[in-house]
Order: sequence, then structure tokens, then C-alpha cells
Amino acid sequence: MNPLRVIGRGVLALLQSVGAIAIFAGRAVLGVVRPPFFPGQLMGQIMQIGFLSLPVVGLTALFTGAALALNIYTGGARFNAESFVPNIVALGIVRELGPVIAALMLAGRVSSGIAAEIGAMRATEQIDALKTLSTDPMRYLIAPRVLAGVITLPILVLIADIVGIYGGFVVGVNSLGFDPSVYVRNTWDILERWDVISGLIKAAVFGFLLTLMGCYHGYHAQGGAEGVGRAATHAVVSAAVLIFAANFLLTSLFV
Amino acid sequence: MTDDRKVKIAWKDVHKGFGGKPVLRGLDLEAYEGRSLVVIGGSGTGKSVTIKTALGLLAPDSGVVEIDGQAVRPGRIDDPGVSQIGMLFQSGALFDSLPVWENVAFRLIHSEKVARKEAKDRAIEALGQVDLDADTGNKRPSELSGGMLKRAALARAIVAKPNILFFDEPTTGLDPITADVINRLISRLVRKMGATAVSITHDMASMRIIADDVAMIHEGRIIWKGTLDQVDTADDDRVRAFVEGRSEPAEG
Ligand SMILES: Nc1ncnc2c1ncn2[C@@H]1O[C@H](COP(=O)(O)OP(=O)(O)OP(=O)(O)O)[C@@H](O)[C@H]1O
Ligand SMILES: [Mg+2]
Repeated sequence: MNPLRVIGRGVLALLQSVGAIAIFAGRAVLGVVRPPFFPGQLMGQIMQIGFLSLPVVGLTALFTGAALALNIYTGGARFNAESFVPNIVALGIVRELGPVIAALMLAGRVSSGIAAEIGAMRATEQIDALKTLSTDPMRYLIAPRVLAGVITLPILVLIADIVGIYGGFVVGVNSLGFDPSVYVRNTWDILERWDVISGLIKAAVFGFLLTLMGCYHGYHAQGGAEGVGRAATHAVVSAAVLIFAANFLLTSLFV
Repeated sequence: MTDDRKVKIAWKDVHKGFGGKPVLRGLDLEAYEGRSLVVIGGSGTGKSVTIKTALGLLAPDSGVVEIDGQAVRPGRIDDPGVSQIGMLFQSGALFDSLPVWENVAFRLIHSEKVARKEAKDRAIEALGQVDLDADTGNKRPSELSGGMLKRAALARAIVAKPNILFFDEPTTGLDPITADVINRLISRLVRKMGATAVSITHDMASMRIIADDVAMIHEGRIIWKGTLDQVDTADDDRVRAFVEGRSEPAEG
């Protein structure tokens, strides 16, 4: 086998799926902006994606903030910078860790769930059935999920920010000997509006990507139960990779 | 057999393959208005694919499917030909996220914009026509038995009073008694509605109850068509073998 041919084929396949995903994304966005809309579906998805993810997102943010505080304290002690714990925890959580960790947890919980659900609908002809009932699956199934991701992720991340900072605060005050009011003031003083907003913009983009990956892989699932399982795996992996890539791109845009 | 029967659906030289493997190879078939056509044929010969080309769910590689003389446009959910079809899928294909009545009422609510309350009443009426009660309407599809699922799916197919009905293996996976009930339901409903029906089956008892016309598909082509009474005396041995359930055509 000619190695160049192997590489060439791989690149072509990659480009092809990038193109397919781009077209799918375009159709999803059209479904969001062009009627008919399905508000009932949207509310259900906001519940499913947003509300039911609160515990996972809250817990991971809490522990991340706490661990971050400990790490910065020990690291900072090496050059007498322990007092910067509140500032760095706040910046780190709001600009980077809040959005990324919430999105990764949702890639595990939501992208896979969407891919499995829509994949099963594909396997059992429910997507075909939708079309024969004159309903566009892009509008009925895909658009509400993607829109719910874009709406709920910023809210979840805002909560993750608060809980994460609180995790740092608990450790800072209870084990690192910070004065509570000093900790809070330092947190408040360091944060600028743009820090928070840029994190929330990231969150909306991540919400789009992770729901889109779930929908795309579920919609194109092939081959029964095994195919549904594969779709769920691909959804999680591709969502996670895209989240990291988008995070880097957006961060370099925002700094 | 050219007479005054009006062609409602016509498959014209339809070819369709998947990944280089041909499934339909020049399929020509007509379904006549107000009559019930049953397509028989072995597993994997492309019966479901045939129906899906007429529903616009699969685009033919070449050839065309016409409904009322108009070519079906694949992928268009608002196609005038397709939107007059009620379809019973092989697996039922009820939406498991919705209660049974909302499955039945789906087209009324989302496409015909009937108010929810009225849609529910009509759904329950349609469930009654297939001998399911309002109580069943409030259950989830996952709580129903196979026979009840088929009935519920049948109710969903007829609720909007379509002009055309497709049935993809309505009796597979059912015991003979339930199958017989479903067959009689289908036959009664189709006649009552005056609809054009296209059914797919390899259940010969089912064919004898439902069919006015019969066509046999083999290797992606229609190899025989005629009326129900002509089946047993068909000049093609493959048809008689299939109808009699022999694996080999008779000798001589
Ligand atoms: N969407 C698809 N993608 C790839 N191959 C397909 C697809 N749909 C059908 N096929 C292939 O086409 C062939 C015919 O399928 P079809 O479902 O029409 O068979 P059938 O006559 O309905 O059989 P059965 O009686 O078992 O339902 C099969 O070999 C199947 O693998
Ligand atoms: Mg089939």
C-alpha cells in the first residue's frame, strides 16, 4: 500500500466529514431561525440539558475551585505569592475552567445522551416516521437541542463560576487561613466584566458544539444497537476535541 | 388488463443501490386509485426500499415515482403527493417520548394545526377504530404489546384520513390470531376510507385478506403482477412457489 495514498485518503475522509458537519450545522441553524418552531420541545430540552445537569456541573466546579486554591497556595508559596489565591482562583475559574469543565461534563452527559436518543430514533425508523408526518426532523429534533445548548450553557457556567469560586473560598478560609472578607474583596476587585462575559461567550459556543455533535452522530447512526453505541462514543470524543480546540481559538481571540 | 382503473402511484424504471450494491433494478409498478395492492417478495429484495422511494425518504438513483402524475421530490416533507400518505412502518416507529394518543395526533397537531384538545378527541376516536381504548392512549409506546403497537401505529396512519395508505409488513412478529385481526382491520379501514393502499408482506394469509391486486418483486424488479384471483394460476413458477411456500420452483 502506498503510504501517500493512505494519508491522502485519510485527509479526504476528514475533509468530507468536516464538510458534512458544516452543512448539518447550517441546517440546524436554519431550523432555529425559521419557523415552524417547537417551543414545547425546546422547553423539554432546556430542562434536560440545563436543569438536570446542575448537580454534575455544580459538584465538579466546587471541587475544581477547592483544588485550584490548594495548588495556587503551594505553588505561590515558592515566591511568597500565597496572597494571590483569591485572584487567581477567580480568574482561572471564570475565564477558563468554569466553561471548559462544565462543557466537558456536558459532553459526557448530554452529547452522548442526545446521540443515543436520536440514533435509536434513526434505527427504529422514527426519523422517517417524522418526515412522513410532514414534520422536519431538523426543526423538531435538532434545532431545539442545539438552541437549548446555546441558551443553557452560559447559565450553567455562570453557576459553575460562582460555585467554583465558593469552593476556593471554603478552602482558603478554612485551611489556608484567609480572612473571609479579604478573600471576597480580592475576588471582587480582580474580576472585570469582560472576564465573565468572555467565559459566557465560550460557554454558548461550547453549548452549540456539544449538542451539535450529539445530534450529528445520532442522526447519522447506522446499523442498529451497535451503531447507536458507536454514535454516542463518537459524539463524546468529537465534542470534547472541538471544545478544547474552540477554547484555544476563543482564548486567543479574547486576550 | 387495460381498463378504466386510474393510476394513483407509478414507479417508473426506478433504480436504487446502496454503496455500489443494486437493490432496485428498474422497478415498474402501478397502484390504482381506490384499490389495494399487495407487493410480495423474499426478504431483502427491496420491498421496504420501494415504499421509501414513494415516500420521498430515499431518492432513486434513476427513474421516478409519480403520485397523481406528479414526480415525488425526495426529502421534501411538504410534497403534495407525499403529504396525502399514511404510513405504517415495519417496526411501528411510534415516538417513545410521547404518549400513544399524541403519537396518533401528531400530524393533526403539528402539521394541520388542529387544537390539542380536538386533536386528542380525534386521536381517541382513531384508537377506537383499531379497538384500543382511551386508557391505552395515555400509555407510553414502550408499555404496549407488539399487537397493540401495530394497532396504535395503524391509528396514527389513518387519523388524518389520507388518500393513500402504505403498510410495511403489518403482520410480521404477530401471532396468527392477532395477525388476522390486523389484516381484517386494514381491509375494513381501507375499504371504508376508499383509499389507495400499498402493502408489503410475505404473509400469504395477509395477502388474501388485504389484496385486490398483487405484484411480486424479485431481485429488484417486478416479475409478475395481476389480480388476487390470478395469483394461484400465475404463469410464473416463482410466484406460485412463493405463494405455496416452496423453496424450490416445481420440477418440469
Ligand atoms: N438505508 C439503507 N442503507 C443501506 N442499505 C440499505 C438501506 N435500506 C435498505 N438497504 C439494503 O437494501 C436491501 C433491501 O432492503 P429492504 O429493506 O427493502 O428489504 P425488504 O424487501 O423490505 O426485506 P424484509 O422483508 O426483510 O423487510 C437490503 O439488502 C438492505 O441491506
Ligand atoms: Mg422490509
